[in-house]
Amino acid sequence: MKVLALDTSNRPLTAAVLDGNQLLATTTITTERKHAAFALPLVAELLERAHLQPTDLDRVVVANGPGSYTGLRVAVTIGKVLATTLKIQLVGISSLATLALNFSDTNRLIVPLFDARNDLVFSGVYQTEPAGLKTVLPDRHVAFSRWILELQKFHDNLLFVGQDTLHFVDQIKESFPTAVVVSGPKALPQAGELGLAGQKQAVVTDVDHFVPRYLRLTQAEADWQREHPGEEQHNYVEHL
Amino acid sequence: MKSKTSLILAFETSCDETSVAVIRDGRKVLANEVATQIKSHQRFGGVVPEVASRHHIEQITICLEQALQTAQVDYADLSAVAVTYGPGLVGSLLVGVTAAKTVAWAHHLPLLPVNHIAGHIYAAQFVQPIKFPAMALVVSGGHTELVWMPTENQFEIIGETRDDAVGETYDKVGRTMGLAYPAGPQVDQLAQQGHDTFAFPRAMQDEAGYDFSFSGLKSSFINRVHHAEQVHEQLSQVDLAASFQAAAVDVLVDKTVRALHEYPAQQLILAGGVAANHELRQRLASAVANQVRLVMAPAQFCGDNAAMIGAAGWMLEKHQVRADLDLNANPSLEFERIQLKKH
Repeated sequence: MKVLALDTSNRPLTAAVLDGNQLLATTTITTERKHAAFALPLVAELLERAHLQPTDLDRVVVANGPGSYTGLRVAVTIGKVLATTLKIQLVGISSLATLALNFSDTNRLIVPLFDARNDLVFSGVYQTEPAGLKTVLPDRHVAFSRWILELQKFHDNLLFVGQDTLHFVDQIKESFPTAVVVSGPKALPQAGELGLAGQKQAVVTDVDHFVPRYLRLTQAEADWQREHPGEEQHNYVEHL
Repeated sequence: MKSKTSLILAFETSCDETSVAVIRDGRKVLANEVATQIKSHQRFGGVVPEVASRHHIEQITICLEQALQTAQVDYADLSAVAVTYGPGLVGSLLVGVTAAKTVAWAHHLPLLPVNHIAGHIYAAQFVQPIKFPAMALVVSGGHTELVWMPTENQFEIIGETRDDAVGETYDKVGRTMGLAYPAGPQVDQLAQQGHDTFAFPRAMQDEAGYDFSFSGLKSSFINRVHHAEQVHEQLSQVDLAASFQAAAVDVLVDKTVRALHEYPAQQLILAGGVAANHELRQRLASAVANQVRLVMAPAQFCGDNAAMIGAAGWMLEKHQVRADLDLNANPSLEFERIQLKKH
């Protein structure tokens, strides 16, 4: 199976081309902010280096959130448009789970973490099992102080991972003195791992309705819902 | 040599409409799928950029497939992919730009980077081919400008709004009257039943140059309505609308007519969402009747749509203007502003 994997959820941009378990080409960049401009040139270059044509692809795997809203839409748009236009399979994997995929050899519970500012984080809890990654607590958008309390039940057997763990390392060490905190290169998403995991996952059956998992309403919608309880509808877009 | 048929797949997502179209030879609309988010943004009284971006990604492949199905064409039939890359809301633009780049790459098709305003102007092609030199009055919720086109693929701004766009002013005035967003078309409807009795100011009419200003008119309108509320005076809604519209249209027509004296165009093109306004269409037509041929974009192609992007893309295709895969959205993309001729 020829697979393209792509993660544009946050500052790192990572893409890979695989043939089954064989990684053909991959690149991870942390210096580039304009994912919308450079994701597709990178994808094109990797396919060229893998000696493949776009039409050779069987499946596209994208990290579908949470993360930067604009960033998420780059990979998700590329994924759903490729799936539609080439009639190939699409798989979405949590952007937090993508980080957890880097730790296939740990017995600890893995807590990937993205800073969502104002003491808020995107996070979840994962565990590595022989069959693959298992979700222990699903991804959420939560106040870090509350999240720390919820994690107490796992005692100290935790591995926190993410570039943003640096912002929280003091609080983590205070609550979990022996927890492992990873913020170096192993805290970068690796599209190769994403592409491997994506081959074991069920494909998206409704590509049109595949959207990023933002895990947070826009401020405007949240305010509106508060002021208009029970008035929420689902047909906000009309085809002329 | 027989020239190859141009068949362009076009994307437009610059604001709150997701649209994909298929255009043959720059003038024939084979499909123009438009998904509008107006109902969503009505909740907030205006377009919320992040909400708009979220709707675009929900709609993009639905519109793509529907457009190809309606046009009954396959990717192998296409000659290029065109996309609006600015101006507009950056998050919204990026969905269309990313989708267009993906299709272009997947099928080895040239990518045509279209300026949204050029798209509005090229909607005129659905009426008749543009003859140069041409002048365009582009009026919409985000833009009010006079664009001089000495030759094909040359766009120069000779006048533009210094503050609010005319469509934006319509929406704000309408909101003051208690009308739902977007209020422009409703103000136009009411205006047709009333009379110009309030004598609102006509901004910039006496100044040289072709710039517009609508903030004075807007303030004057809002102050008048608020004053009436304070003294419990009942104002005629239809006369308010008619007075506002008369002032706005006076300024647009006056500046355009004056510009045409200095810039001898073969055609005047009226384009953009506000080009659907009845009074503007009528007044401009009679004002320039002896001066120039007026081409008005068909009403269904005045609002944002991908068909017009395909028409402008066809012009770029002809001139071999291409974008690479690193094309990015440019939310503040502008035509060049030229120095006016000295009197």
